[in-house]
Amino acid sequence: MRSLLPGAERPVVQFENVGMRYGLGPEVLSDVSFRIAPRSFQFLTGPSGAGKTTLLRLILLSARPTRGLVSIFGEEVSGISAKALTGLRRRMGVVFQDFRLLDHLTTYENVALPLRVQGRTEASYRAEVVELLRWVGLGERMHALPPLLSGGEKQRAAIARALIARPDLLLADEPTGNVDPGLGRRLLRLFLELNKLGTSVVIATHDFGIMDAVDARRMVLGEGRLRIEE
Amino acid sequence: MSTQAIPRARPEPAAGAPSPPVPAQLRRNAALVPTDTAAGRSLAAVIAILTFLAGLCAGAAEMVAANAAQWQGDVAQEVTIQIRPSPGRDVDADLARAAGIAKAEPGIAETRVFSKAEAERLLEPWLGSGLDLSDLPVPRLIALKLDRGRGSDLKRLRARLLEALPGVASLDDHALWLQRLSTAAGAFVGIGIGLVILVLVATGLAVTFATRGAMASNREVVEVLHFVGADDDYIAKAFQRRFFGLGLRGGAIGAGCAILAFVILGLLARAARSGPAGQEVEALFGAFQIGLRGYASVVLIGVIASLVTGVVSRITVRRFLA
Repeated sequence: MRSLLPGAERPVVQFENVGMRYGLGPEVLSDVSFRIAPRSFQFLTGPSGAGKTTLLRLILLSARPTRGLVSIFGEEVSGISAKALTGLRRRMGVVFQDFRLLDHLTTYENVALPLRVQGRTEASYRAEVVELLRWVGLGERMHALPPLLSGGEKQRAAIARALIARPDLLLADEPTGNVDPGLGRRLLRLFLELNKLGTSVVIATHDFGIMDAVDARRMVLGEGRLRIEE
Repeated sequence: MSTQAIPRARPEPAAGAPSPPVPAQLRRNAALVPTDTAAGRSLAAVIAILTFLAGLCAGAAEMVAANAAQWQGDVAQEVTIQIRPSPGRDVDADLARAAGIAKAEPGIAETRVFSKAEAERLLEPWLGSGLDLSDLPVPRLIALKLDRGRGSDLKRLRARLLEALPGVASLDDHALWLQRLSTAAGAFVGIGIGLVILVLVATGLAVTFATRGAMASNREVVEVLHFVGADDDYIAKAFQRRFFGLGLRGGAIGAGCAILAFVILGLLARAARSGPAGQEVEALFGAFQIGLRGYASVVLIGVIASLVTGVVSRITVRRFLA
């Protein structure tokens, strides 16, 4: 599937002069332009409050830009229909900083959620989910409800949920923030392997230990503007 | 860790790799919206109470309708010929003549001529006993029982009586009285239906508020479901399923209690009417039982309450998401 002309491929995400403000406040992002190529791997970094989470929300389509153009998987998203929006979201996996696991569902049910909401029967994905849970080291914890999981276990459950549907784009907000450095490196390897299999990965972090471990593009946000370090 | 370690999203069956054994008793398909919450239980209780009240209204209306219909049927089976005494006429002869005409009429099963003493006794409740009524022109009555099987032509009977005994005999088929009874029963049934509708509307409103509350407190769940790729329809269905479940539980409890109440009241009424006074009460007001149709309407109200709950919650969720 790899194109002979990678530069000609349609970007997974494309921002053109995007500006974003909340209400009448100052612009959180101004004139942000970048592209995320298919199968690319990049870090999104910058000091706290620089707009990393806002940028991720724009990509996730849970916020709309005040100005500029946002295209996801080649589709310009202003005025997108609810159905198309769902279609785009199904191609993305997201790991939230605060995990956002559903506390009344078991680890297994949480991880299976993206497949379940596609209307698939439980029998059709059971093996997949169990295999992934074992692979991220949660094989013994699949019955547990999230409040009983440790920070690291929640993180892995959240990552497993983001990966289960094999997304084309993975967004992770501080995915190594709550884990010890050893587990952090393991999770990073996991993202790299996923990337090798064809998923574009964006990791928002300000953990230089993680960023220095991988030679990847860095998107640096500062005072609402984006600088790209190749 | 090698790339091979990453599980394939869709394992090819041809590979024949044994799928990992899945632990038994793994909870797999819990409801997406938390169900057993304090708010949920309160809503089920509200629906149960409203269904119970609606069930009582419907049962009472059904009971009135059934008793009124039975009573009307009984009364309509009887008509009365009234013979007014007038000076210079032999009342007994008039009476015999009218009875003869009635007997000759097809569709009359039975004629019973009230004797003078019987006619006077009918006035006792109003005039007291021990009076000499011989000077008063007390009208005399002939009670006719209609044959249920054969149609009877009361118009023709009335015409023939008028022809034979003009100004003396008149036929009373209780039409006016029946009409009043029917109007009263109809009004009662109408009030019952109105109350049932009001209660169902109240159920719908209670569910609207409860759904809005549930959506607000489950905002996190809704958001996560959106992010993992659920569309509005899927989320609305999840909420609808939850509320339909609550409605079904509330409706079943309410309808069950209403049926139980009617059974217990029926038994009590049966025990109470063993005496002569009880029989009189029953003759006047009819039996205290709502019959199969009554029970069915109570069950139907329970079902409708659950359906209303499901539909209203779905509409509310769709509006909330839009």
